[in-house]
Amino acid sequence: MNLKNILEQLNLPAQCKKYNLSLWQCPQFLFLIMGIIIIVSILFVYAIGTKYIEDPYLVALVVIGIALVLLILAFIITQSFEKLAEANRMKSEFVSIVSHQLRSPLSNLKWTIDLLLSEKVELEEKKELEYLKILEENAQRMGDLISDLLIVSRIEQGRFSPRNESIFLKDLIDKVIEEANIFSKAVNAEISFKSEENLPKIFFDPSQIKMVITNLLDNAVRYIKDKGKIEIKLAKKGKNLYFEIKDNGVGIPPHDQKYIFQKFFRSQNVLKRQTNGSGLGLYIAKSIIEKADGRIGFKSQEGIGSTFWFTLPIKQLKK
Amino acid sequence: MKKILFIEDESALHKTIGEVLTQQGYEMISALDGEIGLRLAQTKKPDLILLDLILPKIDGFEVLKQLKEDEKTKDILVIVLTNLEGMQDVERAIKMGASTYLVKSNYNLEEVVEKIKNAFDK
Repeated sequence: MNLKNILEQLNLPAQCKKYNLSLWQCPQFLFLIMGIIIIVSILFVYAIGTKYIEDPYLVALVVIGIALVLLILAFIITQSFEKLAEANRMKSEFVSIVSHQLRSPLSNLKWTIDLLLSEKVELEEKKELEYLKILEENAQRMGDLISDLLIVSRIEQGRFSPRNESIFLKDLIDKVIEEANIFSKAVNAEISFKSEENLPKIFFDPSQIKMVITNLLDNAVRYIKDKGKIEIKLAKKGKNLYFEIKDNGVGIPPHDQKYIFQKFFRSQNVLKRQTNGSGLGLYIAKSIIEKADGRIGFKSQEGIGSTFWFTLPIKQLKK
Repeated sequence: MKKILFIEDESALHKTIGEVLTQQGYEMISALDGEIGLRLAQTKKPDLILLDLILPKIDGFEVLKQLKEDEKTKDILVIVLTNLEGMQDVERAIKMGASTYLVKSNYNLEEVVEKIKNAFDK
């Protein structure tokens, strides 16, 4: 180990940042603090024990008190180790889920290419086009998953910064609905949108807010039952704009509801309906809205439907 | 003509595997979820069932269980074709009566078709 390495090891704030831990949750730093406290306290107890306190019981009491402080510190350190272990476990789980998610489109690509290249199988020209479409769809699926993953990784490293501008939320919603039209018509879902008149402009990153609305609408359409009806509302509530999307889809079972915004979580119920989907959309949505000082939530009844909502503060343009 | 029921939610696979097997002289029946799959197994009486494990509505393990419980369908050959590759999944499916367990990503199209054809000879 050369000098530079040693210096790097000693740069505790940098070490802790590497693990995405704050200084007070970071084992390296806490051990250092504990070491210093032990040395200081022993010297302190020795000093007062020899000079000022005659009563040995009192010395014992002081020692016990200090031992107690050390015990609490040790407890905090163990907890921070647990955090690290947990982070590690999540990483492995993450890798395993991602590889699984990528596998299905990958098999589709592989076997379609096998078929197109095969000399034994005769294909009409019209069918060939169909197979090229399959390739396109599945490449798109893999691309979407990977861009979701990149966003999640940027969110976790705190690098997903918004580029704010003044926007009319209503225009943005109109645009999202228009883009979702082909998809929603394909599953026979009817989308309606009601907005209050003359809503003020807000100051946010349009691409991020669009991602949130797209995700919510996409979920509503994706988990629809027959005769889907999706109602979107936009209104002013106090100092916030309030967005709501209500569907009559499959709903979320009660025991799954508290996990719904977690990364990679997908309701059992949803797994049964449709096996695609990354389980990242709502996690991304929540991160974006909370970063923008808004709030996000939902209510849902299994078999009847879900209502997701979010609020965004009406902020003035700062220059 | 031998009948194969393919229970799988990826429509792309119905097209690719279906195309090859049809051209080789098999009659293909497609089911996109477990519920339809079970119904078609009872009504169409296929000679072989290709079964994915992760399925909408009723998952593959449950489909397999119900197939084996039903007098009418318990003798139909079942090949599991999936991306689940955990040892416990393999053991569970075989114990429940699947005759072969194939992990999708381990084979190319030709090899899979070959395995399916071989299953008839067993």
